[in-house]
Amino acid sequence: MALTDYALESGTSFDLNGRTVTVDGPPSERLSYALRERAGARDVKVGCDAGDCGACTVLIDGNPVCACITALGQVEGAKVETQVGLAANDAAGKALVDSFQRHQAAQCGICTPGMMVSAVSLLRLRPQPSEEEVRDALGGVLCRCTGYRKIIDAVMDAGKPVETVEGGVGASIPRVDGLPKVTGTERFGDDVAPEDALTLRVIRSPFHHAAFEFGDLETYKAETGLDLVLTAADVPGKNCFGVIPGFEDQPMFAEGKVSFKGEAVAAVVGSTELVNALDLTAFPVTFKQLSHALLPEDAASVDDIHRNRAENVMCRGFVKRGSPETVMSEAAFVAEGSFSTGFIEHGYIEPEAAFARRAGDRIEVHCCTQAPYMNRDGIALLLGLPGDAVRIVPTAVGGGFGSKLDLTAQPYVALAAWLLDRSVRITYTRSESISSSTKRHPSQITMRIGADADGNILAAEFDGVFNTGAYASWGPTVANRVPIHASGPYKTPNYVARSAGIHTHTPPAGAFRGFGVPQSALAQEPLYDDLANALGMDRLEFRRRNALRNGDATVTGQVFQKGMGIADCFDALVPHWQRALEDAAKANASGGRTRRGIGIAGGWYGCGNTSMSNPSTIRAGVTSEGEIVLHQGAMDIGQGANTVITQIFATALGVSVSSIHLVGPDTDVTPDAGKTSASRQTFITGNAARLCGEALRERILRLANVSAHADISFADGWIDVVDAAGAHRIELPSLEADNGTYVLEAKESYDPPTLPLDENGQGVPYAVFGTTAQMAELEVDMDLGTVKLLRIIAAHDVGKAINPLLVEGQVQGGVAQGIGLALMEEFLPGRTENLHDYLIPTIGDVPPIETLILETGDEHGPYGAKGLGEHCLIPTAPAILNAIKDACGARVPNLPATPDKVLAAIRAIQAASPTADGELSPAS
Amino acid sequence: MQFHRPETVEDALHLMAGQPAKLLAGGTDFFPALGGRRTSDAVVDLTGIASLSGIARSGSSWRIGAMTRWAQIRDADLPRQFLGLQLAAREVGSIQIQNTGTIAGNLCNASPAADGVPPLLALDADVEIAGPDGTRVIPLFDFITGVRRTELKPGEIVTAVLVPDAPASRSAFLKLGARRYLVISIAMVAANVVLSSGGALDGIAIAVGACSAVAQRLRKLEENLTGTVPGSEDFQKAIAEYGLHELTPIDDVRASADYRLAAVRTLIARAVMQAVEGRG
Ligand SMILES: Cc1cc2nc3c(=O)[nH]c(=O)nc-3n(C[C@H](O)[C@H](O)[C@H](O)COP(=O)(O)OP(=O)(O)OC[C@H]3O[C@@H](n4cnc5c(N)ncnc54)[C@H](O)[C@@H]3O)c2cc1C
Ligand code: FES
Ligand code: FES
Repeated sequence: MALTDYALESGTSFDLNGRTVTVDGPPSERLSYALRERAGARDVKVGCDAGDCGACTVLIDGNPVCACITALGQVEGAKVETQVGLAANDAAGKALVDSFQRHQAAQCGICTPGMMVSAVSLLRLRPQPSEEEVRDALGGVLCRCTGYRKIIDAVMDAGKPVETVEGGVGASIPRVDGLPKVTGTERFGDDVAPEDALTLRVIRSPFHHAAFEFGDLETYKAETGLDLVLTAADVPGKNCFGVIPGFEDQPMFAEGKVSFKGEAVAAVVGSTELVNALDLTAFPVTFKQLSHALLPEDAASVDDIHRNRAENVMCRGFVKRGSPETVMSEAAFVAEGSFSTGFIEHGYIEPEAAFARRAGDRIEVHCCTQAPYMNRDGIALLLGLPGDAVRIVPTAVGGGFGSKLDLTAQPYVALAAWLLDRSVRITYTRSESISSSTKRHPSQITMRIGADADGNILAAEFDGVFNTGAYASWGPTVANRVPIHASGPYKTPNYVARSAGIHTHTPPAGAFRGFGVPQSALAQEPLYDDLANALGMDRLEFRRRNALRNGDATVTGQVFQKGMGIADCFDALVPHWQRALEDAAKANASGGRTRRGIGIAGGWYGCGNTSMSNPSTIRAGVTSEGEIVLHQGAMDIGQGANTVITQIFATALGVSVSSIHLVGPDTDVTPDAGKTSASRQTFITGNAARLCGEALRERILRLANVSAHADISFADGWIDVVDAAGAHRIELPSLEADNGTYVLEAKESYDPPTLPLDENGQGVPYAVFGTTAQMAELEVDMDLGTVKLLRIIAAHDVGKAINPLLVEGQVQGGVAQGIGLALMEEFLPGRTENLHDYLIPTIGDVPPIETLILETGDEHGPYGAKGLGEHCLIPTAPAILNAIKDACGARVPNLPATPDKVLAAIRAIQAASPTADGELSPAS
Repeated sequence: MQFHRPETVEDALHLMAGQPAKLLAGGTDFFPALGGRRTSDAVVDLTGIASLSGIARSGSSWRIGAMTRWAQIRDADLPRQFLGLQLAAREVGSIQIQNTGTIAGNLCNASPAADGVPPLLALDADVEIAGPDGTRVIPLFDFITGVRRTELKPGEIVTAVLVPDAPASRSAFLKLGARRYLVISIAMVAANVVLSSGGALDGIAIAVGACSAVAQRLRKLEENLTGTVPGSEDFQKAIAEYGLHELTPIDDVRASADYRLAAVRTLIARAVMQAVEGRG
């Protein structure tokens, strides 16, 4: 019988990147797993195990396929190529390495191998592809960071001659940490565990709300051969974690009762083969379902999830200025409406992963995180250890966007490794990640805004209810931030904003790019359109008229003398707006069933924690060999902190970026630069880096006794200092060393100046606000309700662009997330727990994005720079919604604006005015 | 656990006869269906059977081998009756999925949203099945019996999809999803049309997917449209007035049932027009 039977123990043989390998392992095993864990090809990434993300793309006999849905046995005798091999040996692969670096097409880098492998296959067939061909070729790989535009640029530009950009502040240099990301050698959370590590899996609740009891765990452990079974009873410290002081309320393992589907009740630890083969549904636990509330309106009628939080109200926020109620009644025009958004999943392509090992009386956790020091302190409390007994060694982070601030996988492996004194690893499955990680808060907002007959805003009233899920996480931050921001960047002399965070039986809602501000902009910006239309004013002009300017008071009474750049953002859009208005009029004049619309929205965002100290510290040293070492603790989750902080430090010190050796975050060797959130790293850690660079420079200049303008350069064993008066050489070994590591060391901190808010929310919440205005151009299909985006133009005042290319990358990535929020994303607990039911934009869903960078400076930011990370998605969704209404006359107040909702809205206005038939007739 | 990679259909049937075994083709449905688990059954991988792959005409019928991948269908040089099927092939998931997913896998998986089914229904396709008792051929319409249910009996393998040659027929396929790539259809429509010399519809086949447990041909509407001129008032009226009784759409995370019905009406008209105009 001509039969190849791989049940034989011979292994599967194939050509891997030009080398013949024989891989032992069950032939029906996923090829992705076999390549990573058995053949050492860790450049093959896994984001979903279901063909949905493309991160695992490899070439089999030249064709891109998903390794996660291919069986190991199917590649017997085949030629398999992965990113590492292609980057090193393939002509197209090498060209793409250069081009991806040059265009900063890799942000976090987790999607990059899949993108580049797919692109190689395209370029082999079509060396000069069109944009459409690039989209078709890369349509199967999801990226959550870049917004895809730089990737398209990089593929279309591959092989073109390269000019390397160098420089400090202001230069579009390639990422200093980019090369490993584009050559497949970067190490993420799941890539670092030692071979002999045990594997841990978490047992989770299948119900939204239930009581539970365990069966005989000892017998289960003995029968299965597991090394360890963990429950709440095994937690040595306090079984509780959280991120906001006073709101630590989430158990590592639930105790007797679960409050959301996906909550952890236990964990199993054993050899990888054993644990992976285990049927987790057979774990001895029985649940008894209890009545649950998934929506805030139902929360008061179920039992309180937390003691002392009556009717499941977690907390409220409040800001009031002037007399909104009285003034509103005098307004010539009042616009009002109710708006809602759903849970939004962060959708980073890298699921949570960690490994831990014990070293004597200390525990070391390697993980993908946005907040190493907070993780350290949280784990110490859970394990009942002093803070310095925990070391966090962050890996590269494959996207975070807020959700990798909170503890997720880390405590489980830390506890298991602590008890067993063995290395233990974990990687969340995609559905585990989606069902248990934090989300963007769903919002229900009602708002009224009043203007006088000349178009000046008089007053605004805002009420927002935010579903904060079962545990607090960053909910209090959202409740506080939203009332401060809900006016938008506009003069609003009379104002009241109330917010409430409500607990429900859903995963905790936490931090996600914007902390509630994108949701509030989705109420305020549509109402601005309504007011402009009612006043008969151009929508952009109306916003310019009301834009906050230097010298104006914000709704918290804060007055900026410098750096309030929103008017500049609107001004920058004027020519584009005029052009787009004309284009739309022309397009619509020819009739047809698609209508073009344009929309505009503004946004602002305060950088750093709200009215709270949040310092960053930067340390740098010079070795006796003359090497400059920068200990840079700001987590780079793709946004570019490694590059930006190095550029700032290099400029302050007066040296080139390439002369600096970077030591990344590690709680043992690098000081605390705070968490990567709240758009604070460029501003706050950037200032610490500037101060540190200046301090080091100061010391060197003093040693040489020269003027401030001297040039300094470092060489093996000495520093040369040259100014108009002559040259000086500082022999490093001859100096008395600061410590065992560095001859010269400097360490500086920066904490932004803020003031507490009073009972009416008046005060100085942030030292810096960044501002933005964006416009969207799109077409609506009047019969299908589908929306096709044509272009986004984004104006951003960043104060000073430390690296303009990074600014563009952040903007494009933020815009793409705004597109998802507007048009397709909604997490439904228990229903959309994978990446084919939870849709994020693909490469075909993000139109060209034009970024207009404005640099109006800032009083506090380093070299005038402000934060940007969150600002960029705030105006996108409102601009899109406003454009949809401009196109078809219908507003979709409850997001996402999926085709069915858009069509229903169109049909509703057609029913209300039967003659309209979609002809442009503004509703209201 | 056994993993077999036979090189002939006979060997595959032989292996299937001896034991309960799972068939593996491209794996694009097989692996996602496993979730985090592993298979414990024996697996018979069909990717080693070269004879099951490829498209050829013999006499008055076209034979698409069961293991023909979507990429092969997409790139093949085929007459315009297959344009709808080729457009569907282009819309299946992504390049990665098209490079591995097979036509028979799509039919056997029997998802209501399988993009391959409406164009094949519109082509009047049959399914060829080999089993322990020999080979049988049944209409595709009878092959898929429900959500994830088919006529396939234990020990049987789909060996080909057979399509009658219809040189005069032109076709189109429209898929509606909430994003551009990697998207499960909210609704899709396939149409095959034959025009009279006067430009009226001489023959028409319309099939709709994702709006019922099994994709449906709209036979009554086809009857009503026959003789009308695509785009004419009669044509529009016939579509607007049609009850769409074959369809039983549901509300799900992708769209509401009402929306599906509304969208399908639009898609039908557009698909027929596109088929007539021969646009790709
Ligand atoms: C990310 C992703 C996106 C997708 N997008 C789409 C899409 O847009 N549209 C769409 O229609 N589908 C889509 N699919 C589903 C899938 O790719 C297709 O249905 C594909 O055609 C299945 O073929 P396969 O060869 O991979 O089947 P497999 O997964 O190998 O098999 C599927 C089932 O059919 C059985 N089977 C396979 N071949 C035979 C045979 N010859 N005889 C008997 N039984 C057989 C198997 O036992 C199994 O039960 C998608 C899948 C993924 C993972
Ligand atoms: S891991 Fe394979 S497609 Fe996501
Ligand atoms: S760079 Fe693409 S997912 Fe992060």
